[in-house]
Amino acid sequence: MMRREEKLKQSVSPCGKAIAVAVLCLGSLLAQAPAQGGGQLRFCLRSEPKTFDPLKVEDDASGAIRYLTGGVLVRVNRQTQDLEPGLAISWKVSKDGRQISFRLRSGISFSDGTPFSAEDVAYTIQQLMDPALHSPTGDAFRSGAGNVETKVISPSQISIRFPAPVAGLDRLFDQVAILSQRSPKKEMAVLGPFMVADYKPGSSVLLKRNPNYWKTDEQGRRLPYLDSIQLDIQKNRDVEMLRFMRGELDLINSLDSEYFDKLVATSPQLVHDAGPSLDSEQLWFNEVAKSPIPDYKKNWFRSTNFRRAISGAINREDLSRVVFHGHAQPAAGPFSPANKFWFNSKLKPQTYSPDAALKELQGEGFRMENGTLKDKDGNEVVFSIITNSGNQSRERMAVLIQDDLQKIGIHVNVVTLDQLSLIERMTQTFDYEAILLGLTNVDLDPNGEMNVWLSSSENHQWNPQQKTPETAWEAEIDQLMRAQASSSDVKKRKEAFDRVQEIVVEQEPFIFLINRNSLSAVSTAVHGAAPVILSPQTFWNVEWLTVSGK
Amino acid sequence: MSFWRKLACVVLVLVIGASLAANWLAPAGYAKQYREAADAPPSRMHWLGTDEIGRDRFARVLYGTRISLLLAPAAALLSTLMAALIGGLAGYLGGIWARMAMSVTDLFMSLPWLFLLITARALMPLNVSPLVSVLVTFLLLGFLGWTAAARVLCTTAGSLRASDFVRQARAAGLPGQRLFWIHVVPNLKPVLYAQFWISIPVFILSEANLGILGLGVAEPMPSWGSLLKELEGLVSVGEEPWKFVPLILLVVVVTSFQVLLSRQEELAA
Repeated sequence: MMRREEKLKQSVSPCGKAIAVAVLCLGSLLAQAPAQGGGQLRFCLRSEPKTFDPLKVEDDASGAIRYLTGGVLVRVNRQTQDLEPGLAISWKVSKDGRQISFRLRSGISFSDGTPFSAEDVAYTIQQLMDPALHSPTGDAFRSGAGNVETKVISPSQISIRFPAPVAGLDRLFDQVAILSQRSPKKEMAVLGPFMVADYKPGSSVLLKRNPNYWKTDEQGRRLPYLDSIQLDIQKNRDVEMLRFMRGELDLINSLDSEYFDKLVATSPQLVHDAGPSLDSEQLWFNEVAKSPIPDYKKNWFRSTNFRRAISGAINREDLSRVVFHGHAQPAAGPFSPANKFWFNSKLKPQTYSPDAALKELQGEGFRMENGTLKDKDGNEVVFSIITNSGNQSRERMAVLIQDDLQKIGIHVNVVTLDQLSLIERMTQTFDYEAILLGLTNVDLDPNGEMNVWLSSSENHQWNPQQKTPETAWEAEIDQLMRAQASSSDVKKRKEAFDRVQEIVVEQEPFIFLINRNSLSAVSTAVHGAAPVILSPQTFWNVEWLTVSGK
Repeated sequence: MSFWRKLACVVLVLVIGASLAANWLAPAGYAKQYREAADAPPSRMHWLGTDEIGRDRFARVLYGTRISLLLAPAAALLSTLMAALIGGLAGYLGGIWARMAMSVTDLFMSLPWLFLLITARALMPLNVSPLVSVLVTFLLLGFLGWTAAARVLCTTAGSLRASDFVRQARAAGLPGQRLFWIHVVPNLKPVLYAQFWISIPVFILSEANLGILGLGVAEPMPSWGSLLKELEGLVSVGEEPWKFVPLILLVVVVTSFQVLLSRQEELAA
């Protein structure tokens, strides 16, 4: 997706193009679907949904329900990664990136029959930006101090003005499900393709077709085709897999590589590998000055050459091939190639070379003695890598890294900790040496990672909450990230973030290891499915899905 | 000795013997990664195939057996000694001492031991070698596993204290300390032995539980717990029966201990 300034200036024309692309795209999917729709789609949520209020969503299960039930002004097409019209026919972002104007569809009603108008959009924005609500979705819009102003121009026109420029403003509305101002059903009155019909805590959520959904197919038939969706709450992935194999479930949205291979062996037509996802796995060292680890270890971890040597001594190809059965790609940097626009294509994964790594370490004063690496003061190079217990892929990655580093005389102790202990060490006591964890990216825009890259941020994990940047390269990243966040010029933003990616790869505060592939399974009873890398991978085009034989 | 007890003895001797001979039976060791042959089925080179990252499963079973079978008795010995000290002495002294000791025991028993172990593991220093992690795991098990045995020993010691021969010895002027060592402790021995044998399979299973949670013996060192983690993928094991070997071994060994234990219980009775 190429978002350009010129495109933003013209409102109707690009949207027209987007509609044409969407129609072509969905038309091809429709061609695969049987003529008559209906049926019930069944799949699992891996946790209890914490809320049905779309503005309070912060967990995956609630996010899935929001996607299925919420009506949004604009929608990111999960296949093309382009922005498409939703409840808004067209939109325009101002040059300064502070204001966005929408022209809305008319004649639309919520699921309970309450008419939809610009007043509902204004109400939703007010709720979203209410500090008392603590909306995680709203946080993305908070670019500066001050109030957000909404101006209802007519029932089908609204403009929203923010106190400071918000980068990638239009795309953020993909996550904002519009609420009804007047409906007595509050957030249960929805504009999306489905509505919540029944909820059994701990067991299931039943969604039924929204009879008032605005979208129609080429023949004028009202979407969605499905009658209902049964979402079973099932934490155990083994049980989910067994139920899928028995035909009790129609799809698995995110599949482990091990199960993927089992299914490939027996039913290859059911599985889909959509290629590298946005998710990454990475290792980082503790660089916090006040951390309770010996000073000589802090010196190692703060050395760029040390980090680069460790990175070069890790065999990423083996991590991908052995741990993920080939369903992962060695990572080149902070963004996955799956992020078509923002990925810096000049970056390549670091080459595996233990010899070069050892040379780099020797240049720093390290020396090998009887198979053990020692620093210039004679301290043996020993450190621990902690990861969360229960995550088999990470535990296996840690053991492979342990073996790789042993080849250059480094002794690694692998420690698995429960999630809470790990988080406490990572964010409060800083009592750790290295951590192996993953980063789940749901946002294509780098602004979603401001809280990781700014040195003052809490999630700047290798050395968080710095009063002033402790290194020149962190200062440069701060400056570049702020510059791209306050610019509405997509080209300049891209240049700035490309440079951020280059610095991160040069300095390796995070040693990016692999990008997992997006693996899913879809029953042959489901028609029209086209799994993609963006969440929700298998049901992003849910309006067009049908299930036969039910 | 019955046939089953003989068989149990033979099984245990064979299993312990094989685990002690692991260096000769599986010279490549438990940590060597054959990455080109990860998750391979049994072959001449790898009798039980390889695990997910290409380590020889036969070697890991042998070394894992050594760790679990040698350290579980050590933990059992520790917990039995603690139980003897706390439970036996409290029962012998009786009165407020017995009530206090049993209150402490009840308090310990009411603690969710699994969470306690997880917490203790989280508080441990991170940079410990795999060998130290093994010792610490079993030490923790030993320190936390004395409570049930202490209750039994307290009751038994209390009964002994009230028995005629102890009263006669006391009436004859035998000092309390000598009375305890000469008359009470020898009579507690069968119960102590029984508690020791009971504890071994309990600790083996506890370690296995911790291993499944990823909190037991540290990588790359194997234990039965870490080997049993492979069975988490229920879907796949039907097609790969060789992955059941650690489970079968665990069941056989624990059953053998139970068969021998019944003899100890008879002696204790």
